[in-house]
Amino acid sequence: MNAAWAVCRRELLSYFATPVAYVFIVMFLVLASTFTFYLGNFYERGQADLAPFFTFHPWLYLFLVPALSMRLWAEERKSGSIELLVTLPLELWEAVLGKFLAAWAFTLLALALTFPIWVTVNYLGAPDNGAILAAYIGSGLMAGGFLAVGSCISATTKNQVIAFILSVVACFLLLLAGFPLVLDVFSGWAPQALVDAVASLSFLTHFQSISRGVIDFRDLVYFALLIAACLYANTIVLAIKRGD
Amino acid sequence: MIDCKGLTKQYGRLRAVDKLSFSVQSGEVLGFLGPNGAGKTTTMRIVAGFLPATAGTATVCGYDVETEGREARRRIGYLPEGAPSYPEMTPLAFLEFVADVRGLRGEERGRRLDEVIGLLHLESVLAQRIDTLSKGYRRRVGLAQAILHDPEVLILDEPTDGLDPNQKHEVRQLIGGMARSKIIVISTHMLEEVDAVCNRAIIIAHGRILADDTPQGLEARSRFHNAVTIKLGDPELVPAARDAIESLPEVESTELDDNTGRVTAFPASGKLPLAPIGELADSRRWELSELHLESGRLDEVFRTITGGASA
Ligand SMILES: Nc1ncnc2c1ncn2[C@@H]1O[C@H](COP(=O)(O)OP(=O)(O)OP(=O)(O)O)[C@@H](O)[C@H]1O
Ligand SMILES: [Mg+2]
Repeated sequence: MNAAWAVCRRELLSYFATPVAYVFIVMFLVLASTFTFYLGNFYERGQADLAPFFTFHPWLYLFLVPALSMRLWAEERKSGSIELLVTLPLELWEAVLGKFLAAWAFTLLALALTFPIWVTVNYLGAPDNGAILAAYIGSGLMAGGFLAVGSCISATTKNQVIAFILSVVACFLLLLAGFPLVLDVFSGWAPQALVDAVASLSFLTHFQSISRGVIDFRDLVYFALLIAACLYANTIVLAIKRGD
Repeated sequence: MIDCKGLTKQYGRLRAVDKLSFSVQSGEVLGFLGPNGAGKTTTMRIVAGFLPATAGTATVCGYDVETEGREARRRIGYLPEGAPSYPEMTPLAFLEFVADVRGLRGEERGRRLDEVIGLLHLESVLAQRIDTLSKGYRRRVGLAQAILHDPEVLILDEPTDGLDPNQKHEVRQLIGGMARSKIIVISTHMLEEVDAVCNRAIIIAHGRILADDTPQGLEARSRFHNAVTIKLGDPELVPAARDAIESLPEVESTELDDNTGRVTAFPASGKLPLAPIGELADSRRWELSELHLESGRLDEVFRTITGGASA
């Protein structure tokens, strides 16, 4: 476990040793505010809540999170440093967990830096701060889910561009799993149980309830399971592909 | 102890390592020699726990590198080929990271870090990003990382590649100094390095062991072994001298190097031609500017054994 922490610390430090950290945080904040104020009509709605802010988070993450996750393993494999990492006395899952936690902590930092918008809404009115906190938690969990998917995909290739594109596609399908675009593919031939199962994978459905301030235990379990499953798959992919 | 049995690595249709079996005992410094693509790196990667073998087993200090990998890797210091590391880190941060993963703590951690930084002379570059270091310094950072935890087993893939002559010498001394208590496996294309640091050499090609011997044993296989090379002060005398030398019963044949004017006399099997040649030179009053005994040439043995071809 100590090894996982060491990997996590190293990874976090490397974000700040490169422009990745600053570009990501600035883009995240700029896009988050643009969506909220221009597309979400934050002021015009005349309501003291952060719904316009959180509604766009899934779409924000769709492109920004794969940009962060694409390098997690692809870069390590490309540069050969993976040979050094996995011949240290740590288990693969510790390395996977360490890197994931670093990327997640970093995303949560970017999310936390959106606090001025929370200050603004409290200045303008009297929002339900409990609901806002719930929505922040949901958003953070969803980011974790995106990251876990991206990390797993990043381990399958040495090419960061491929990792990025595949991650965006995978995350897009997961986002919309509950919507006709994806479900129509299944509904013609698959048994209803399968269609329901696919529908229940949708990020958007799980996020929407949390973003309205309702923390449902099942939504938390969903994200936790999703992250665990992806990291497990990530470990297996690495065990198979580490040397190629 | 390292013990490999029937180690095989298959890449698609290419068999990079083919049923390799060998074991290495404490105190041995084993040099891995072989043409490009022979399978040296692949073998080292399997033993270091990076690649799974297609077949066969490898154990390090009694731990199977596949099933008890962590215990095995704890005991290994490994310098991968090309000394990869994290380009955006500084050597200090990088070494600290390795120390953390290796579970070094407190006073010992500081002591080990200071020691390897001193041994590899990294003081002046500690705060510089690794991607801005010269190739030799990068290799030294990789070496520092490998010996940081004072491991029982060292696996070094081309450790002196890219080092300047002073550093090569120092690294060889470093390896020699650690040798008594450890197992050290190095791969190299510099044959003089085998003479300088190894007490055993394995030559492989196409993933198979072709020779496993001491460096002296390998040299003894050379046709230069016990040969005598002379250089005459007066080049006019060379043809007559060759005739005279060839008529000695201890000499099988002679060769003249046209570039340098040196004459090499090859011994008849089991004979030592040095003394007779010396006496001959004395009695004929040849003026010799050089006279020396050859111990055997590794590069020639290498070429003969590996058939001059690359894999
Ligand atoms: N990931 C891989 N996929 C396919 N073939 C590989 C792979 N890695 C190595 N090989 C092949 O395996 C063979 C052995 O390679 P290896 O790197 O072990 O040689 P080497 O003895 O270290 O050579 P060198 O002296 O050039 O370092 C080569 O033919 C190489 O092309
Ligand atoms: Mg090699």
